[in-house]
Amino acid sequence: MLNDILPILGTMLMYSAPLIFGALGGVVSERSGVINIGIEGMMTFGAFMGAAVGYYSGNPWIGFLAGGVAGALLSALHAIASISFNADQTISGIALNLIGPGLSLFLCRVMFSDQTVTYPVQNKLPKVFGSIDITVVIALVLTAFIWFILYKTKWGLRIRAVGEHPAAADTLGVNVYAIRYVSVILSGLLSGFGGAAMTLAVVSQFSPAAISGQGFMALAAVIFGKWTPFGAYGACLLFAFAQALTVNLGGVNFVPSEILNMLPYVLTIVILVLFVGKSVAPKADGVPYEKGMR
Amino acid sequence: MEKAAKILKKPITSTLIAVVCGFLIAGVIIALMGYSPMEALGLLIKGVFSRPKYIFKVIEKSTPLILTGVSVAFAFRTGLFNIGAEGQYIVGSVAATVVGIKLSFPPIIQIPVVIFAGILAGAIFGVIVGFLKARFGIHEVITGIMLNWVALYLCNFVVNSHEFNKPSNSKTYSINQSGYTTILYNWKSSKAGIEFLRNNKWLSDILLKTDVNVGFLVAILVAVLVWFMLNKTTIGFGVRAVGLNPFAAEFAGIGVKRHITTTMAISGSICGLAAALTITGTSPHGLYLLTMFENVGFNGLFVALIAGSSPISCIFSGLFFGGLIYGGNSIQSGLGVPSEIINITIGTILFFVALTKVVPEIANRLAKRRENNA
Repeated sequence: MLNDILPILGTMLMYSAPLIFGALGGVVSERSGVINIGIEGMMTFGAFMGAAVGYYSGNPWIGFLAGGVAGALLSALHAIASISFNADQTISGIALNLIGPGLSLFLCRVMFSDQTVTYPVQNKLPKVFGSIDITVVIALVLTAFIWFILYKTKWGLRIRAVGEHPAAADTLGVNVYAIRYVSVILSGLLSGFGGAAMTLAVVSQFSPAAISGQGFMALAAVIFGKWTPFGAYGACLLFAFAQALTVNLGGVNFVPSEILNMLPYVLTIVILVLFVGKSVAPKADGVPYEKGMR
Repeated sequence: MEKAAKILKKPITSTLIAVVCGFLIAGVIIALMGYSPMEALGLLIKGVFSRPKYIFKVIEKSTPLILTGVSVAFAFRTGLFNIGAEGQYIVGSVAATVVGIKLSFPPIIQIPVVIFAGILAGAIFGVIVGFLKARFGIHEVITGIMLNWVALYLCNFVVNSHEFNKPSNSKTYSINQSGYTTILYNWKSSKAGIEFLRNNKWLSDILLKTDVNVGFLVAILVAVLVWFMLNKTTIGFGVRAVGLNPFAAEFAGIGVKRHITTTMAISGSICGLAAALTITGTSPHGLYLLTMFENVGFNGLFVALIAGSSPISCIFSGLFFGGLIYGGNSIQSGLGVPSEIINITIGTILFFVALTKVVPEIANRLAKRRENNA
């Protein structure tokens, strides 16, 4: 029995890490009041830069950091648009979902002799406890860390205040714009890590299919987890578990594999209907803040 | 000065500014790569307009984009973000293909039946999203994303099934020919047709090398119909009211929940229609294995957003989008610049569309300054 369950759990943890990074990014950004639909684009760019820098430097950790920085760069665009220019956050985020993959594939062709895949990295990120990716551990630690920041420090209180009622926070001397800038850029950093976790730990190179929908799944996990770090973490584990089930049950003959593949997604909807119910976003989520606005 | 302010306030002005900015940034990237941006622009324009065949190819590529754009735009008006357009499009094509292969009626029955199947499937996927949102408050973005995947695997299931799989191919059989909406399909390959086309280069270029079909006309018609429905009917009024302020709408006796479900049904059915028209109108007239999303529905998001959620504008932004995608290939083949530059361009344009809320504001300031001076 245990021998049946362990591989499933292993696969679950492996798939969960990139999702968790992305979802944490979403939580941080949306708690500060900025919708981040661009997670997918930031993850893709992070995945590419992670793999590319990881290949050229030979050091996966430098690659991992570069992936985060790449995500942060893209999210800085989102921050400028949605915080300084009061832009429509949905549109700006979707634009990044086009720019991120576009830029990744463009640069990939330029840097890797006109191919849309990078050369595999020589060294992947290390594994701990036998066969668990270190990114799995980092993801868990980061979840706890962000939970601590959000709920136990004054910085977190400010982030949440800015996301719920920016005008009130402003009256108390909190710099709404600064807090949102930091949150959105942090969100890009985390999403970029998520992408790099995919191309430096789960697989060892970037390809157009490396990030295919993980950013959107992370987005769903944010809402599913009701905008809390551990809620999102749990949602990601659930998605990853369902995915692991389909991978490990792949050998079963009586159910066509395509039907099995639908399972995670159907399961998510069913669980939402049965247990979770209405999800309420932070009050000022998606609303640009203008000083003096009522 | 006043005139300048007025022009700046028009929505089309800010969109055009966004388009110019998008091209400028793409040009800078191309120049940084050491290529000539003007040459790339020239190739793009040539790749779209230089031959009638290209123009018709662009129209063919744009047709589904216009429709998915209209679908997304319609949902936007109720305040719903239909990210599930992709899935609704896929199930629409699955249903149209299955029905088109299984049934064999004369065209006058076959075509409507196949198209209706697509519409129905799209509507069902739309209704699921709408109902779950209205009844359980589940965010439409989650259900939309999940159903996209369900649709993708459903498509692959059909492609791989014994019933529909074309042996040793990763695609299904084509639907029965009586369901084709390609213009003059039979005549093209008849003796008289071949004879006629041999003497008429221009026409043969279009008819033989593209799948000219009725879809584009239908798309325009649907865009106009949706515009009419939104602006001139009670349903449309309700839809817009719910989108602008659900609480006020509820208070005024407009059923918010009912409108959410209805909107998603209509939005989904338009995506299904887009898919059915693609299946009946263009080769391979069937499904093929999807390793990734084809993005017809996702691109509808861009089309709708660039169009500012106006159904009529979706026709133009859809054509623009289709032209960029099709013409982008000639940049890659002619100049060696990766065709992804097109995605970057469109993304940048969209980014500036988000930013251009600033433009009317500048106009206001201009007007104010004038008032102060007077």
